Amino acid sequence: MSHEESIVEIDDLKMWFPVRTGFLQSLLSKEQLYVKAVDGVTFDIKKGEIFGLAGESGCGKTTMGRVILRLIEATGGKVRFKGEDVFTFGKREMKEFRRRAQIIYQDPYESLDPRMSIFDFVAEPLIVHKIGNEKELVVDALERAELTPPQEFFHRFPHELSGGQRQRVAIARAMILNPEFIVADEPVSMLDVSIRSSILDLMVRLRDELDISYLYITHDLATARQVCDRIGILYLGKLVEEAPIDALVDNPLHPYTQALIAAVPVPDPTVEKSKAIIKGEIPNPINLPPGCRFHTRCLYAEEICMKKEPKLIEAKKDHRAACHIVTRK
Amino acid sequence: MSMDKLNLYMKRLKGFINQYKESKLGIIGFIILSIFIFISVFANHLSDYSIKTTEGDLSARFQSPSYKHLLGTDDVGRDILTQIMYGGRISLLIGFLAAAISGGIGTLVGLFAGYYGGWKEDILMRITDIILVIPGLPLMIVLAALLGASFWSIIVVISVIGWTGTARVVRAQVLSLKERPFIESVRAIGAGDLRIIGLHLLPNVFPLIVAQMVLRIGSSILAEASLSFLGLGDVTKVSWGMILHWGFSTGALFNNYWWIIVPPGICITLVVLGFTFVGYAFDQIVNPRMRRR
Amino acid sequence: MVLLDVENLRTYFETRGGFVKAVDGVSLQIEKGDALGLAGESGCGKTTTVLSIMRLLPFNGRVLGGKILFDGVDMIKIDEEKLRQEIRWKRMSMIFQGAMNALNPVFRVGDQIIQAIRVHEGITKESASKRVEELFSLVGIDPDRTRDYPHEFSGGMKQRAIIAMSLACNPDLVIADEPVTALDVIVQAQILELMRDLREKLGLSMIMITHDLSVIADICNKAAIMYAGKIVEQGDIVTIFKHPEHPYSQGLLTNYPSIKGEKKKFAPISGRPPNLISPPPGCRFHPRCPYADEICRREDPETVEMKRGHYVACHMKNR
Repeated sequence: MSHEESIVEIDDLKMWFPVRTGFLQSLLSKEQLYVKAVDGVTFDIKKGEIFGLAGESGCGKTTMGRVILRLIEATGGKVRFKGEDVFTFGKREMKEFRRRAQIIYQDPYESLDPRMSIFDFVAEPLIVHKIGNEKELVVDALERAELTPPQEFFHRFPHELSGGQRQRVAIARAMILNPEFIVADEPVSMLDVSIRSSILDLMVRLRDELDISYLYITHDLATARQVCDRIGILYLGKLVEEAPIDALVDNPLHPYTQALIAAVPVPDPTVEKSKAIIKGEIPNPINLPPGCRFHTRCLYAEEICMKKEPKLIEAKKDHRAACHIVTRK
Repeated sequence: MSMDKLNLYMKRLKGFINQYKESKLGIIGFIILSIFIFISVFANHLSDYSIKTTEGDLSARFQSPSYKHLLGTDDVGRDILTQIMYGGRISLLIGFLAAAISGGIGTLVGLFAGYYGGWKEDILMRITDIILVIPGLPLMIVLAALLGASFWSIIVVISVIGWTGTARVVRAQVLSLKERPFIESVRAIGAGDLRIIGLHLLPNVFPLIVAQMVLRIGSSILAEASLSFLGLGDVTKVSWGMILHWGFSTGALFNNYWWIIVPPGICITLVVLGFTFVGYAFDQIVNPRMRRR
Repeated sequence: MVLLDVENLRTYFETRGGFVKAVDGVSLQIEKGDALGLAGESGCGKTTTVLSIMRLLPFNGRVLGGKILFDGVDMIKIDEEKLRQEIRWKRMSMIFQGAMNALNPVFRVGDQIIQAIRVHEGITKESASKRVEELFSLVGIDPDRTRDYPHEFSGGMKQRAIIAMSLACNPDLVIADEPVTALDVIVQAQILELMRDLREKLGLSMIMITHDLSVIADICNKAAIMYAGKIVEQGDIVTIFKHPEHPYSQGLLTNYPSIKGEKKKFAPISGRPPNLISPPPGCRFHPRCPYADEICRREDPETVEMKRGHYVACHMKNR
């Protein structure tokens, strides 16, 4: 499955969005407010690994995917791809990076150019990188994405295809340059249930055959469990727990992870129903609670939680958590 | 691939024509414009009279409409109807050229301002706003006076004032397109700015630009008519505005020679109306399609 | 006691391309206290079915056949005025898909519910106002917040407000169309808990439409699986989830991703849902069915009661 070496290293990554205040407010208050979408996140993705990044809305997972690929410029921190600092890449190195690192989007209706034929769309990366042999490579890519016979799709347009087919087209385009790393941003959440498994199955098989590493961004822990090797849980821009998928699901350490897992309904009417162990909803990301961001909803919060931010450290072997209570031992 | 591209464009064109046929206004506009364009193009076959000032029949000045001169004659005895026919050429030509140029400028400004944002956008949009805020006609008058009155200077004047509307519309469209994942995905494969702007933003904005340009033709014709009427047009050429200009300056209104004033006015109105209808029909087709999945 | 009896409902939409046979022979029954989960993928007809029941179809939708009896009242024949005064919202209400985002942003939340109440009941503004405060307490919102605007409510709160609105006139049956799809996981659990509570407290009957089978297992006692305008299988919740008989239900359920229990392998169903203007002849599922036989291609299968309360429409299982 996955190797020991890391292919992507994320080091204290930060992405802060300045909040645009009204004219009067900007005169009156001196402080610039930020939405700290990603606020000091550190983790590694190993070669050939499917690393899941999960969390609820506002946790920063979608932003993270784009910052890692440098589609948005980070506010701070480093991203290393195969040992090299991506944020220091010049134009040439960036172009090379774009050959090796790709993205698949959530919305199959919006991620394809409505005016481009499927052939042109899938061939475009080849043209950008001046690689010839388009016809053969496009046939190859479409076949790998299980759109057969490929020739039948050449002249079609996105609006003629179903959601699942469009997502396969997106996969074909992402694959055509033989990338080593793919950010998959909720790739199946907008697809019908019966289509999801075939797309996820395809992604996993491509990883098995070609040793591609994935950052699999999702809010659906049930599919994450099927697909991921390791997973990180985000809350308000911080990584609160990170472990191999089975370890995290069977034995969640962080109170937030525990609440998440208890809340997921199970397709089995004979087992325990889903539970909401914590109350309330995610607080406003502009005015973050001091100390541990989760303390306002946490059942175990103590005084230290309100003052000091917990660090993400190893609580068990290969299982990190950011919680004072958990890592106390 | 190019044979298929051709087939694709033919298919799109057929689809467009079918949709266009459904707009009653669009058909009316199309008919009006076809008539005027036909008359202008074949003016020399439709009339034997000359429009040259030196070839007027001075014995037949200011004649009211008759069998010989269906719309009467002007101050130097030229046939008004013939002038209307030839005048269409100049008015329409200036209209098309000015619309094309201002459409081009507006598109470029809108694309760059929308795509780059930041200070580049600010500068471009402030310039746009300044031109928009200053009243159009007075500004055109000043520019025309400065540049002198010739065929091309009129086109330049009208274009320089007219690109702002298109710029704003294109920029707005680009801003919304920019947010869509398929644009970001072009960056994600390593494409540069020019490729994104030229091959992805522009084709998606194109229908909007065409609709804008058609409307611009109408307003350009009106602008040319206004400038010519005021005497700032090319006095060596006959356009509808010029007919009005000579008419007024030789006392046609005062003396109630309505056949010199009314026909050009009606032509300008009809043609502008025609372009407005056609532009409206275009707009109807373009807009819902933008949202089609 | 049978509260809702739908028999052989057929609803078609008139479009440029032809008639879309969105609901083509659907039969179901709700007994008092039931929570029926209506499951299926997009386009299978679940929303159209309930819109037909509530007579809220769009202008090009037509009920072409079948019977809908709500507590003995013929829902197809009853006239619009009577339907509005006596049944809709008063005895049968609906939580529409995405309703939480359809709250009018320029009106206070409480006022919107008051308006809904007063359209259906001629009570004073004061009484309606008091009822809204009671409803807020019932659904877990601080009653002082009736004067807030929608943008001041969080996602979960908005959904609670929508639920409150649907309960405003004390209905017998609540139809909920994807009530938790747009919510975060933990808020979803909170809302599902609320719905379970309300069902018990108020003795509500419910139809819950969703594509998420785990939500159905979580909250319903019966389930009906729809495919391409037909119900392919229905029965009590344990039978459906543990012993599905129809190949489509089996395909969906046997490897449905789950956070607990055995880790499943991927078992995708090949093909795609059919075009509803010209659906495949015979059984609509046959192009994707691993067991399809000659008869499946020719004849539409009958719905057969395999066990008490367990209905399946499949030639292979009908033998």
